[in-house]
Amino acid sequence: MNGDPVAAFRVEAGELLDQVEQNLLDLGDRLDDRDLIDAVFRGLHTLKGSGAMFGFDALAGFTHHCETAFDRVRKGLAPLTAGLVEVILSAMDHMRALVEGAAPAEIGNAILARLQQAVTERAAPVAPAASGWRLRFRLPPEAMANGTNPLALLDELRGLGTCRVTALTDAIPPLADLVPTECHVGWEVELRGAIARDDIDDVFIFVMDDMELTVEPLAPATEAPVLPAATLPAAVVAAAPPADSAPVAAPPAETPTRTAKSGESVRVSAERLDELMDRVGELVIVQSRLSQLAHGHHAGAAGELALRSIAEEIERLASELRDTMMVLRMVPVASLFNRFRRLVHDLARETGKTIELTTDGETTEVDKTVIERLADPMIHLIRNACDHGVGTAEQRISVGKSPVGHIHLSAQQAGGEVRIAIRDDGRGLDRVRIRAKAEAQGLIQPGQAMSDHELFQLIFHPGFSTAAQITNLSGRGVGMDVVKRTIESLRGAIDIGSIDGQGSTITLRIPLTLAIIDGLLVRVGEGRYVIPLAAVEECLELSLEEDLRSRGRSFITLRDRLVPFLRLREMFETGTRPDPHQKIVVIATGAERVGLVVDQIIGSHQTVIKSMSPLHRRVATFSGATILGDGGVALILDVVQLVMAGQHQEARLRAAG
Amino acid sequence: MTASILTVDDSPSLRMAIRIALNGAGYEVVEAGDGLEGLNKANAARFDMIITDLNMPNMDGLTMIRELRKSPEQCGTPIIFLTTESDDAMKQQAKAAGATGWLVKPFVPDQLVRITRKVLGR
Repeated sequence: MNGDPVAAFRVEAGELLDQVEQNLLDLGDRLDDRDLIDAVFRGLHTLKGSGAMFGFDALAGFTHHCETAFDRVRKGLAPLTAGLVEVILSAMDHMRALVEGAAPAEIGNAILARLQQAVTERAAPVAPAASGWRLRFRLPPEAMANGTNPLALLDELRGLGTCRVTALTDAIPPLADLVPTECHVGWEVELRGAIARDDIDDVFIFVMDDMELTVEPLAPATEAPVLPAATLPAAVVAAAPPADSAPVAAPPAETPTRTAKSGESVRVSAERLDELMDRVGELVIVQSRLSQLAHGHHAGAAGELALRSIAEEIERLASELRDTMMVLRMVPVASLFNRFRRLVHDLARETGKTIELTTDGETTEVDKTVIERLADPMIHLIRNACDHGVGTAEQRISVGKSPVGHIHLSAQQAGGEVRIAIRDDGRGLDRVRIRAKAEAQGLIQPGQAMSDHELFQLIFHPGFSTAAQITNLSGRGVGMDVVKRTIESLRGAIDIGSIDGQGSTITLRIPLTLAIIDGLLVRVGEGRYVIPLAAVEECLELSLEEDLRSRGRSFITLRDRLVPFLRLREMFETGTRPDPHQKIVVIATGAERVGLVVDQIIGSHQTVIKSMSPLHRRVATFSGATILGDGGVALILDVVQLVMAGQHQEARLRAAG
Repeated sequence: MTASILTVDDSPSLRMAIRIALNGAGYEVVEAGDGLEGLNKANAARFDMIITDLNMPNMDGLTMIRELRKSPEQCGTPIIFLTTESDDAMKQQAKAAGATGWLVKPFVPDQLVRITRKVLGR
């Protein structure tokens, strides 16, 4: 974390590129696979976003074009052709080069031209004619002596686009008058491609003041047009009908899983290592006591007592070791927050707003893995805050606020979770717009009554965006669904609060660590399962009478509230007879609750989470597995998924009744 | 062949920042703490490029550049000076003294490397 962020970005970008490439290769065989199309698009989007943040502007700019092309495919505005896949694949190589360092711009321009061709293959609007510049220059006489290398300048011009260079030799004096340290040759250069005038000026920046330089635009060329990159996005976007007529995006593919990075490291203070060493020392002592007992001659009650005392000691040590170990993996969120200063700075410049970023609680510590996985979702949220949240200076002044927008990041530990809040002082979420958009996309019925909480959750729907305009920053409706899934994969939750005219706050609630949790061990049929204890609200018995009464409705009344419940025995199709006294474990995430009917509650259990094999990773109901004291395996229930299932059931019943 | 670069600055931290950036980009770096030391080192060995601050004790950057340009050995050696945005008069003086280009402080390592590549052509 404390290492070079750019190096970290390179590693990350490499993985991302691998992933996208894989998806593209798969797409080559199945051109209409929507999940793959979405995955590729998201990959490109993330690459562009983080690229811009770490100062890889060329990468971000280049990727933007590929993303735009894919966005059209995603929205069904353009067919995905084998040609397009091919072009994007070759673009991946260029992106890789851009990630590693510099790559010649003409390669990029050539790819973009092919991209343009592939996108417009069918629609085939006449592409704008290529243009370029014709420049003539002569260096000041002392330039070479002062260290300017004319060849380097010409090479730099070549880097901008296709060049035809002609030397102007008319000013070379006769040999007798020739001063060898002076430059007597001038050049005429025909530069083709979409090149900004500023880029040309940059080449000559150090000699600009004293040199002769004329730059004039070239007449539109007829032969071998190289399409101007700068006009690409405009052409593509202009051809696109309004976004809401596009079909709703297909159900999202699974969040791209990141493979473990090799050579990961974490900084640990020596003090904490000492603490760990102490515990290990104690463990060794207890172990020797135990082996003494095993070989010794304590018989009967005395031996039993000694054994029990050792068992207690080990239990204490194990829990202490666990706590110490967890602390080792913790890093302060400052390392995360610091990355966003640059981001906000750049975003402010891009949007022309003045935005101030403040933070507090940077010393709050979170598991290292969590911090890494939080970076992407937070980039999205901060982008949104800058782009949609904080208004322009004029907008802000017109509603009586200070012209400087404000974004506040805070972190705070509350019980077993960390709350990271992103607050802006903008307009707040537009309930009317969200509702209208959701109705237009068919996500909700017109006029359906909804709480703020439910309404705000809609913005996490894939393809949902209320931005009227697609900007470089946001408004494509990608991101929020990724944010939600990433947070859920961390077993966290997102709360959204918004006050009209005063701003909105998005709070990410993340469990402190991923490795070990307190769980409630239950039995369903013959299998044992773990429910994360933090989510458990209460346990009660499902009396036979109540069971019969609720049959077919699966609701219980709990303190005047209807709570849907799921019969795990039926869900898991155990095929066993229910125990006579069934129990309900009520679990909750945020304000939503659902009951789980189990056969037996065994008790609390320290759960060491093992992830599922790749084969089982897509099973939605389980978030992992653990090994029990007797060597058996128990699956860990995914609370978020189960609550969602419960909510669906509730919605179905509401609709029916 | 690796290009070797002489950096002249009285601030050790700035020298270190420059060295890290240039080493990272594959250049060899030799350091000098002021203009006089810079002048001596530049005349003792051949450098592909010189990066210098302007305000330094013993000998300032301007004088050093003038002295260097007097020597035929240093004809054509690129010299980049570090300056601040506001100091346009200084920029003109340094150019007149024979500097090749400039880098505005504060700069990020990328800018430094980019300028170096630009001036060295490699």
